[in-house]
Amino acid sequence: MFDYDFMRAAFMASGIVAVLAGLVGFFLVLRGQTFAGHALSHVGFTGATGAVLFGLPPLAGLVGFTVIAGLAMGALGERLSQRDVAIGMMLSLALGLGLLFLHFYTSYAAQAAALLFGNVLGVDDEALAALAILAALSLAALGFIARPLIFASLQPELAEARGVDLRLVSTVFLMIVAIAVSECAQIVGVLLVFTLMVGPAAAALAFTRRLHAAIALAALLALAEAWGGLTLAYYSDWPTSFWITALSGLVYFASLVSARRSA
Amino acid sequence: MSALRFDQVAIKLGGRTILSAADFAVEDGEFVGVLGANGAGKTTLMRASLGLVPLAAGAIAVLGAPATRGHARVGYMPQNRGPIAGLRLTGYDMVASGVKGAHWGLPRLDAAERREIDWALDMVDARKIAGRSLNEISGGERQRLLLSQALIGRPKLLLLDEPLISLDPAHQKNVVDTVKRLSEELKIAVLFSAHEINPLLSAIDRVLYLGAGKAVLGAVDEVIAGPTLSRLYGAEIEVLRVGGRIFVMSGDVEMERDSHRHEHGDAHGHDHQDHAHADESRA
Ligand SMILES: Nc1ncnc2c1ncn2[C@@H]1O[C@H](COP(=O)(O)OP(=O)(O)OP(=O)(O)O)[C@@H](O)[C@H]1O
Ligand SMILES: [Mg+2]
Repeated sequence: MFDYDFMRAAFMASGIVAVLAGLVGFFLVLRGQTFAGHALSHVGFTGATGAVLFGLPPLAGLVGFTVIAGLAMGALGERLSQRDVAIGMMLSLALGLGLLFLHFYTSYAAQAAALLFGNVLGVDDEALAALAILAALSLAALGFIARPLIFASLQPELAEARGVDLRLVSTVFLMIVAIAVSECAQIVGVLLVFTLMVGPAAAALAFTRRLHAAIALAALLALAEAWGGLTLAYYSDWPTSFWITALSGLVYFASLVSARRSA
Repeated sequence: MSALRFDQVAIKLGGRTILSAADFAVEDGEFVGVLGANGAGKTTLMRASLGLVPLAAGAIAVLGAPATRGHARVGYMPQNRGPIAGLRLTGYDMVASGVKGAHWGLPRLDAAERREIDWALDMVDARKIAGRSLNEISGGERQRLLLSQALIGRPKLLLLDEPLISLDPAHQKNVVDTVKRLSEELKIAVLFSAHEINPLLSAIDRVLYLGAGKAVLGAVDEVIAGPTLSRLYGAEIEVLRVGGRIFVMSGDVEMERDSHRHEHGDAHGHDHQDHAHADESRA
């Protein structure tokens, strides 16, 4: 299957995205912010439809919109109680706007489907380069904030007392999430970003109790699921996104069984 | 040099005065119990000492320097224990996250830092517990890990916000004795907030009592006495001493009482902070 250019590009793109999604997703799960990730992906849908409407590449709209939304969520602050409501409001506002964009630009059902469910086989060289650069930047940023991010995720009040700027760390993190979500949307679509961001991370936390091992495992599982999904799609001719979600679900439920055994 | 000095401090939050003209000094190595009804300002006082709450007036000095965020020699155990109770990660990794936790970059530990973590765990006898995951240990065991995390950086001042919450009497005694030993062995000044004076009686040097926006620091017998407490509670208070225990009464209501332990024991040690006390409305 590696004889085809589009397959090689698909493997590279999904590999890059899976590692990023696995790593970023781990912190999303650790911080209990999966709903924020979910909302960002839907905001991304609006961004992408808007970009297409104005003749821009969808990825630009995805990234631009989600990063601004991530910034806004971070600025809203840490208060858990208000967080879900505020995020939910932003989510519906964005989706409403997305609907409006679709209303003005009706002739693009195929592109909408690609946005919703991903189109990894359609990744060209230009898109691949963009994915790689964005992923490298996000991973560098994630590495830079890793220490305070972990501390603030586990012990927010102590971290604040020790000098961690909670709002700064949380905002930068949500912007990184925004980029990871945008990348994920290219592979599995905005509706299925959970499958690469949350599934592997949650499974990793069930497989091991050690922080560093869990982080590495989350990336590895995401990578295995993405490549496994591509391979299965190649031989079965079923959609890649379906296979990735199936593998992700399988691994997650297996991890629950294993966690119960070892408890 | 005092470990903690409040100099005519006033604190306002949301337009309300929480503390006014607070003036006291906690000396080096001193073990001070911090008491007061719900909402009296115990947490606020500790957060102000950490530089997290702006002052309306006055100044706070910590170990001889103005209070600032991130003071390396101040240990803290927040009342709000964060999300750790639900996490399937080892206690060791939780404690380790506090080592240079405010620095940027990847969380790598060198040998010296690992020795420091082991030392902090040994100080509270939590080496074994640290290998287990946070969602599979009891509330009291998690409390011990948090205490050990507060020791990272070898503090000279330890601010412990309600370490006895949701512990049964035996575990309360265990925590108080451990902190007392740490304070003496390592010469750490300790502020230890609680809702009841009795578990602390054997350990504390002095008591800091908060109420009605005022703070009074003094010997237990001076402060926990009718006239002082009547002033702090703004109500007629009677102090009864029975068999080495102290009961603070307003009419027929006991003002200080640990409701948690009577209601819950320590089944799994969730923090029942919101169950708090019936006395608030009367205080
Ligand atoms: N951010 C805030 N904005 C406005 N008021 C606040 C804020 N934080 C605390 N307060 C108020 O300050 C007062 C003191 O609160 P604090 O948490 O310090 O009390 P406490 O003595 O620790 O109480 P508890 O025993 O319930 O823990 C309370 O009346 C509370 O309502
Ligand atoms: Mg408090």
